[in-house]
Amino acid sequence: MEAHSSEIFVVGLTVFSLACIIGYYVVWSVTPALHSPLMGVTNAISSVIIVGAILAAGPNDFEISKIFGLIAVVLASVNIFGGFIVTYRMLSMFKKKRKKKN
Amino acid sequence: MSSNIVAILYLLSALLFIFALRGLSHPESSRLGNIFGIIGMIIAVITTLMFKSVLSYTEIGIAIFIGGSIGTFIAFKIEMTALPQLVAAFHSLVGLAAVFVAAAAFYDPSSFNIGEIGSIKKSSLIEMSIGTFIGAITFSGSVLAFGKLQGTISGKPIVFKFQHFINLLIFILIVFLIIYFVFDQGPSIFWSIVLISILLGILVVLPIGGADMPVVVSMLNSYSGWAACGIGFTLSNNLLIITGALVGASGAILSYIMSKGMNRSIINVVLGGFGGEQSIDNSEQSEDKIIKQGSAEDAAYIMKNAESVIIVPGYGMAVAQAQHALREMADLLKQEGIKVRYAIHPVAGRMPGHMNVLLAEANVPYEEVLELDEINPDFPMNEVSFVIGANDVTNPAAKTDQSSPIYGMPILDVEKSQTVLFVKRSMATGYSGVDNELFYRDNTTMLFGDAKKMCENIVKELGK
Repeated sequence: MEAHSSEIFVVGLTVFSLACIIGYYVVWSVTPALHSPLMGVTNAISSVIIVGAILAAGPNDFEISKIFGLIAVVLASVNIFGGFIVTYRMLSMFKKKRKKKN
Repeated sequence: MSSNIVAILYLLSALLFIFALRGLSHPESSRLGNIFGIIGMIIAVITTLMFKSVLSYTEIGIAIFIGGSIGTFIAFKIEMTALPQLVAAFHSLVGLAAVFVAAAAFYDPSSFNIGEIGSIKKSSLIEMSIGTFIGAITFSGSVLAFGKLQGTISGKPIVFKFQHFINLLIFILIVFLIIYFVFDQGPSIFWSIVLISILLGILVVLPIGGADMPVVVSMLNSYSGWAACGIGFTLSNNLLIITGALVGASGAILSYIMSKGMNRSIINVVLGGFGGEQSIDNSEQSEDKIIKQGSAEDAAYIMKNAESVIIVPGYGMAVAQAQHALREMADLLKQEGIKVRYAIHPVAGRMPGHMNVLLAEANVPYEEVLELDEINPDFPMNEVSFVIGANDVTNPAAKTDQSSPIYGMPILDVEKSQTVLFVKRSMATGYSGVDNELFYRDNTTMLFGDAKKMCENIVKELGK
């Protein structure tokens, strides 16, 4: 049992380390002009924590853990919708500008 | 659904998140990237809803609807100048959600396959409490950052004696509580960790001043990622771990860029407690120096007769909402055949990239907006620098005066251009409290007044 759970941890750690490295290179390639949208989008995707929240809110029987789960679903949803939409708004401002009207 | 299919769908969603960030390497590819992110999120949510244990669709649907409506409403209504506080508020929600998910896992461990109540696996307990700890810090730190950015709490750094020492003690206390929690598994210990972490989050952000907010906002961005990571380890969920690591890395890199832009060490930033120590009194020596004051008419005349103008915006432009008037001014100058560009310092504004978004909002083409490294070599050839709402980021003392608190900070070399126009509300110093010698130079003209009004007046003069 203990050996098994430590194995899971090592797998998690492997994934974690590789993801950090990918994150490092991907984020350095982001142009500084888009650092605000970067925060918007990372904010939205960090709300993928909603996955855990849905699992907690999943069971039919009403327990305290389910309430915690539902609260977390609400909080994460605010972020997901808010984060992606605000990023969309920011990015649509960066569209290539046509020649000035006048 | 078999666990393999779940794992593959989660992987797909993680890859889409990576592409979402990758898309941000260029404005043209960025919108597609955002769509990748949305698709990734939809896949993650639907996959999770397919779990056998997930039954209460109605409640979950209502919860998503409530949260989604609030998020949508806020995101459409928010002014672009208020972005930093919005981002801070969103970070606090991620932190709080992490705390609640950890709490749910603690009260119902069997749903997450981490053991039974009272006999949760030790490794899971450690991961859970670390996730809770970071989540709670993110929550309270972001709420406080939000208050400071919004102006509900004074933006001034609040400092008291032994601050670092107290923070360190609290941190050690939390470490002990976590160790105790792993053996005791008591709910009271769990909630003590939550409460004390919330306290620590407040104490960490308390001493940080308004203008240092770009660092804080990015730092909290990073924390929210690590919190998601902690929960990912607790639930053995690779999607959460990957996404958390991406966000964590992103925030960490942004904090690094921001702290470098202010010449502060990253450790200084992580520990908190900066931006408060400078209270250099320069007032007496500046009394007898002479400044040259100009009007909108003078500014219009000077710029009209130049060949090139570089505009240096700062937080003052955001406060005055002057970006639209500024762009109008630039348009008129361009009609006269003058080359107009914008120079952005990494820490201008209250969050990374803040100025770029505001200029984009005002329809400034992004090709005209340049970063510090790109524009600095051009200042010596430039005729007029138009500094609007920025101060410290142009102060030559950062290069010459070793005793200055901002010594070593990279600055925009506006002093090398032939003429410098400074739009400022008053002679007050910037956030660092340092006097800017640029104000007293022969080739500098001060334009006192509200940034927006000044631009509007210059527009009027240019139209004559």
